[in-house]
Amino acid sequence: MRYLPHSAAERAEMLGVIGAANIDALFSAVPANALKSFDLGLPAHSPEFLVEAHMKALAGQNHAGADGPFFIGAGAYRHHVPATVDHLIQRSEFLTAYTPYQPEISQGTLQMLFEFQTQVAKLTGMDVANASMYDGSTGTAEAVLMARRLTRRNKVVLSGGLHPHYRDVVKAYLKDDSDLECLSASPEGQGDILDHIDEETAAIVVQTPDFYGHLRNIRAAADAAHAKGALLIVVITEVVSLGLLEAPGALGADIVVAEGQSIGNALNFGGPYLGLLATRKEFIRQMPGRVCGETVDAEGQRGFVLTLSTREQHIRREKATSNICTNSGLCALAFSIHMALLGEAGFTRLARLNHANACKLADALEAVPGVEVLNRTFFNEMTIRTSTPAAALIERLAQRGILGGVPVSRLEPGDPGVANLIVLAATELTTEGDIAALCAALSEELA
Amino acid sequence: MTTKFTPDHEYIRVEGSTGIVGITPYAQNALGDIVFVELPSVGKVLKKGDEAAVVESVKAASEIYAPVAGTVSEINEALSGEPGLINTDPESGGWIYKITIADASELDGLLDDAAYAELTK
Amino acid sequence: MSMNKQGRPTGTGTSDFASTSGSALLPNEPLLFEIGDTEHSGVDLPDAEINTARLGGFERKMPLDLAGLTEPEAMRHYVRLSRLNHSIDSGMYPLGSCTMKHNPRLNEKMARLPGFADIHPLQPVSTVQGALELMNQLSHWLMTLTNTSAVALTPKAGAHGELLGMMTIKAAQQAAGQGHRTIVLVPESAHGTNPATAAFLGYSVKSIPARADGTVDVQAVKDALSPEVAAIMLTNPNTCGLFEPQVIEIAQAVHGAGAFFYCDGANFNAIMGVVRPGDLGIDAMHINLHKTFSTPHGGGGPGAGPVVLSAALAPFAPVPFVRQGSDGLELVEHTEGEALGRITAFQGQMGMYVRALTYMLSHGGDGLAQAAEDAVLNANYIKARLGHVFSVPFPDYPTMHEALFDDSFLAGTGVTTLDFAKALIDEGFHPMTMYFPLVVHGAMLVEPTESESKQTLDHFCDVMEELALDAKAGNAARFTAAPLHAPRRRLDETRAARAPILKWERPEDLPQAAE
Ligand SMILES: Cc1ncc(COP(=O)(O)O)c(C=O)c1O
Repeated sequence: MRYLPHSAAERAEMLGVIGAANIDALFSAVPANALKSFDLGLPAHSPEFLVEAHMKALAGQNHAGADGPFFIGAGAYRHHVPATVDHLIQRSEFLTAYTPYQPEISQGTLQMLFEFQTQVAKLTGMDVANASMYDGSTGTAEAVLMARRLTRRNKVVLSGGLHPHYRDVVKAYLKDDSDLECLSASPEGQGDILDHIDEETAAIVVQTPDFYGHLRNIRAAADAAHAKGALLIVVITEVVSLGLLEAPGALGADIVVAEGQSIGNALNFGGPYLGLLATRKEFIRQMPGRVCGETVDAEGQRGFVLTLSTREQHIRREKATSNICTNSGLCALAFSIHMALLGEAGFTRLARLNHANACKLADALEAVPGVEVLNRTFFNEMTIRTSTPAAALIERLAQRGILGGVPVSRLEPGDPGVANLIVLAATELTTEGDIAALCAALSEELA
Repeated sequence: MTTKFTPDHEYIRVEGSTGIVGITPYAQNALGDIVFVELPSVGKVLKKGDEAAVVESVKAASEIYAPVAGTVSEINEALSGEPGLINTDPESGGWIYKITIADASELDGLLDDAAYAELTK
Repeated sequence: MSMNKQGRPTGTGTSDFASTSGSALLPNEPLLFEIGDTEHSGVDLPDAEINTARLGGFERKMPLDLAGLTEPEAMRHYVRLSRLNHSIDSGMYPLGSCTMKHNPRLNEKMARLPGFADIHPLQPVSTVQGALELMNQLSHWLMTLTNTSAVALTPKAGAHGELLGMMTIKAAQQAAGQGHRTIVLVPESAHGTNPATAAFLGYSVKSIPARADGTVDVQAVKDALSPEVAAIMLTNPNTCGLFEPQVIEIAQAVHGAGAFFYCDGANFNAIMGVVRPGDLGIDAMHINLHKTFSTPHGGGGPGAGPVVLSAALAPFAPVPFVRQGSDGLELVEHTEGEALGRITAFQGQMGMYVRALTYMLSHGGDGLAQAAEDAVLNANYIKARLGHVFSVPFPDYPTMHEALFDDSFLAGTGVTTLDFAKALIDEGFHPMTMYFPLVVHGAMLVEPTESESKQTLDHFCDVMEELALDAKAGNAARFTAAPLHAPRRRLDETRAARAPILKWERPEDLPQAAE
């Protein structure tokens, strides 16, 4: 077996050193009727080429993004990842290291995390960022809990523009919590969360661009929240937007949570992704997750360590700010490398290109009979209303080889008002040919 | 002026109806470098044994319990900027909070100098 | 006050030895922000004309101040950084509880097939039938290896799996009118995520003391059980590396009291293919794919923590999950009945599912059992070889996949567990897990995994033995100064925590030191 170094003779020799008659003797604490008392019926070990063939056959049954025009967004975005990123994250020393618990021999990971935290803080306009969360959705739930600890209040209001999955995750985390108010879906950017803030409110959660693509007024939300002593949590699912839009920190946000997948990470059918979480300096002791900090070693050389660990589960146990342990380290590395390759100049160009392509998409869709674009504002994503139900329409487009967006009913099945709505996105990878193909197919389907 | 101790290594120095609470030199030594102190708010009402403050070293967070019942009357703000005072001067500059003692008879249940010295021998 | 019983040192140690760090092949690498600037970029993109009409006046007015690097600069920066890390590919990584085993590159190659990496979680399910089939196959392996009736794949890591498992228990009890159960029993030796998870869900945690032999006493569990107890969270094999000999009796007692048995399966590597946790009476157990099934740790993540569930808990599994429909496989994305909803956006860690299934198919059922046996063999070999110099706190049972030592062999040497571990760095090894579990003083938890050859194990044992004898011989300075040959000497963690510097600032923006 290619992954197991011992020969039979070595195993026997080792058992001799241990003084065990056979391997089962080492399992003597296992109740006898539970030890190897079954036939698993699983296939036996397999050579590499057969495993590869099996996996390729499965992969081959899926329609990959590159196989045709692609317009799906809704919380995960298809961007180009430079070859350098994937090469570097596969360096043994990054890929196969554990959490940097021994800083003397983990400075590579630690310095990278320090750079990552700096990048995230700059992007979001916040004072500090942590070393990543699992993803944007769980990061949002953690931010809500953090806001409750900070304000010692309970009421939380989720905007109707928040990604429905994110809302559902917050609901699951706060199960049975009557203090959670979820505003109904607002595909047209309607509904005003500002009317729901009162003296009991710990936080309001506002996404921008929101799930339907609309850009929300963060300054106004911050002012309204702060006037009542509540916190503003800003959620961003498309971080590329920050290349063009004002940072939430500059507009008064108290906690910013983002899904970082767009930078450096493939779609991967939903994971692994990475949650970005940034906040104000005065809130760091209530922040969940790991953080890396700068210090010096015994000879005075600059170095980095995991710090402020007393917030974390391995020290604080039942009093920890979160139970998170393993996070999204390698995805954070991919993000950080991609962001370093972009730099401010490249990141800004990337954002402009996304917006320019989205404008072309919106203009083209507006010209299709039976299609109405609902957005007056957007970054790279928008919502359309079609003259026939969206779910079946998307399925028919898929049969034509076009992945034309997400029917909102897939995420909001109980809401008849969204039956004809589709959320769709453009990125730098969207071509004019893709847009023409989509619009031609829609015209035919809706004729 | 008397000083009493808990078996959990808090001291309380009694000055009239006020008690000054901190941790003993023995405790600060065991904890190592203190990096952060979470102070109670003034006016907080504590029962004997309630968690009053938290002192953190790099690898541990330790709750400081109220040696007796009372109301927090003052906190040592200097610890916010300089938590290491608990290491360098635990009994004086490194005090943590002052408490208005609700029931002085509770002091009788605490350890005196000799008993505490015996405990930490 | 509550005391740090471990007396865990955190200083930088002594530094009377000259360092060899910063050697020729390992130059100090400046920060990205000190090399790059906002003009440089390693990505060629056209400069698109844009009309700001649809940005609603929310355009950025402040510069980002994000440094960029061209491609050759970036390559060198990150390659140099990487060389400052220890890794499983470059040397033994015997971190107890972490299962640092070999990460096959076939896994990486498969995860990057466009049919897995370049598919969107919200594509029409008709276009991702292969992905759903892969999730089905992975589920089949996990349920078969554990003899359980359901599995929730979505948790993003072990702790997230714990959360999901305990949420499922809570949902099941609420549905059964048992919502008044508010206590969770957690043995003292448990990993920090267990009590943190229970508290996260509003449970109060009741600690169960360990017996002198390092295992949990069924009587202690019985004594702690009451109508208020919702569940026990028990790690098996436990964090001392021991199989809980009374696990079946514990399960029976817990069930008898109307509570559930949550098993922390982080140590499944010791028993996969050899013992099925479902046969022991567990109700929920997370499996860290990033430990047992070889998905790389990546310097801290990502992981994946699928949770297998007993029949009693299966109806409460979260969405989404895969189901056979009339027209192929379906993805059930919305709550039906009493299920608890959704604990993450989308479908969980597909990239990890691909790697784990690749690993399972490579090993086969026979290979997985062999791997577990080799992992146990290796740990016992280390214990046997070192038992005469190191102190073994729990000698009564053979150990499972990890060997636990305490620091009593260092008594009077002036060397702490921390010093000892740092000295191991100078010998080319990553230290073992230290000061965990909390039930022994100065714990050293050594987990070799099945990936280490006998030759490597012998070298490791030789080094460990030599170090122990040297410590006992009074050569404390070698330990208190260590590491001497790493890229950095010991780092000042106190300084980092007292005045945290968590991001780079331009020197001109730093507050000027007061005169
Ligand atoms: C015993 C035990 N339980 C739980 C966990 C948590 O797993 P994760 O880090 O994947 O969240 C770990 C991992 O470190 C562990 O060792």
